[in-house]
Amino acid sequence: MRHLLSTKDLTRDEAIQILDIAEDMADVQNREVRKLPTLRGKTVVNLFFEDSTRTRISFEAAAKRLSADVINFSAKGSSVSKGESLKDTAQTLAAMGADGVVIRHSASGAPQVLAQSDWIDARIVNAGDGTHEHPTQALLDAFTMRRRLFPGASRGRDLDGVSVVIVGDILHSRVARSNLWLLRTLGATVTFVAPATLVPLGTASWPVDVSYDLDATLALTQPDVVMMLRIQSERMNAAYFPTAREYARQWGLDDERLGRLRPDSIVMHPGPMNRGLEISAGAADSAQSTVLEQVANGVSIRMAVLYLLLSGEREAQA
Amino acid sequence: MARTVLQQADIARALTRISHEILESNRGAADLVILGIPTRGSVLAERIGAIVAGIEPGAVPAEMVGSLDITMYRDDLARHPTRTPSPTQVPRQGIDGKTVVLVDDVLFSGRTIRAALDALNDLGRPRAVRLAVLVDRGHRELPIRADFVGKNLPTSREERINVRLESIDGTEEVSIEEAPGA
Repeated sequence: MRHLLSTKDLTRDEAIQILDIAEDMADVQNREVRKLPTLRGKTVVNLFFEDSTRTRISFEAAAKRLSADVINFSAKGSSVSKGESLKDTAQTLAAMGADGVVIRHSASGAPQVLAQSDWIDARIVNAGDGTHEHPTQALLDAFTMRRRLFPGASRGRDLDGVSVVIVGDILHSRVARSNLWLLRTLGATVTFVAPATLVPLGTASWPVDVSYDLDATLALTQPDVVMMLRIQSERMNAAYFPTAREYARQWGLDDERLGRLRPDSIVMHPGPMNRGLEISAGAADSAQSTVLEQVANGVSIRMAVLYLLLSGEREAQA
Repeated sequence: MARTVLQQADIARALTRISHEILESNRGAADLVILGIPTRGSVLAERIGAIVAGIEPGAVPAEMVGSLDITMYRDDLARHPTRTPSPTQVPRQGIDGKTVVLVDDVLFSGRTIRAALDALNDLGRPRAVRLAVLVDRGHRELPIRADFVGKNLPTSREERINVRLESIDGTEEVSIEEAPGA
């Protein structure tokens, strides 16, 4: 693996390798000294063209726990706001000797451009690009599912036969897309539930069932996992549903719907949550909710990814 | 061609002797932690733990034996393709104040043991650290020496030592393979 751009390119074995290494990284989080010397002397740049707190902090914590040096670069207040191009920014980072670049960009495909260009010779990790992919989020979600569904026996397992329902703004969600590809690779079945206005074109050719009715889907599939997506008001240029209250009533996970889930099923949310909109406070704080575990697991997954991309010998300079 | 230097019975005798020596130097099994270095060191640590438990009444292998992965502490990570780490399992009581015996199959340059000492440092503060190896083949590159040795095998740098253990390889022997083309 040279870069991590998309979960679509991951094979089953590669995905399980990342999840298994993340198990070892999770063990490190429970020790007294939560640091490994593995990436000493390597430099990781967090290149964030789009606002993000938790993903950036998570990558920063992961890199620091592996002893890498971390440089945070956010577009606000930087030379990018003065009109610098991605190419010039990348070449600047290359000149500073970045070994890994974690990039978040509002344009789908920006990490791909960086990886394929000869502007920079660093390993690229996609931390979310437009409405395309967010691979580390999907990996940490799969990791969280595996640990919850197979406690104590998660190592080496795939998610064969697990049924996952993803609810909400599929149209704008890179999390839903990355999750779909990864979950299918790991053997799970996926159902998207959303208002018709928030289902992207082309889902007919994706390996997924699409439903517009949350109650019917929950009753029919009895899912192992319900993943609620955030309603992304910053990407809503038009009205996709009449009012927030109507959305919450039809597609929100409220206390009543939570009560109808199987008691051993889990409720996930990538955060940040809009409490009262897509998820009720009761559901978010219930024992079935994995929201905080997802945050903790995010650091383990990102450590595993940085380890895999940055630790081995540099392939012969191609 | 490979030449067998230790047979199954030789390995069993060596492990029994090492177990007795460990107990002798530790004056019993109290506060003893035996950590194997994956993959074959872990198997040897389990076997030593079982023998120790057979000698010392009251010693429970599960509370004494673990494994210590050193992948993340290697000094040659940048010179090889990425390695997949193995789990580290430390007995529940931890290693603080204990006597830790590290177990590996072959002692060669000493770099693995250096990495293991660093890894131990991050897990706690043992009272003492000892080293047990099945084979010491010489050619140390660091000031490290084993406390308990199954067999000293003088080798040339070009030769390969193969340790095969029943539970991993299906057969049990230690053999020396000559360098290709030698």
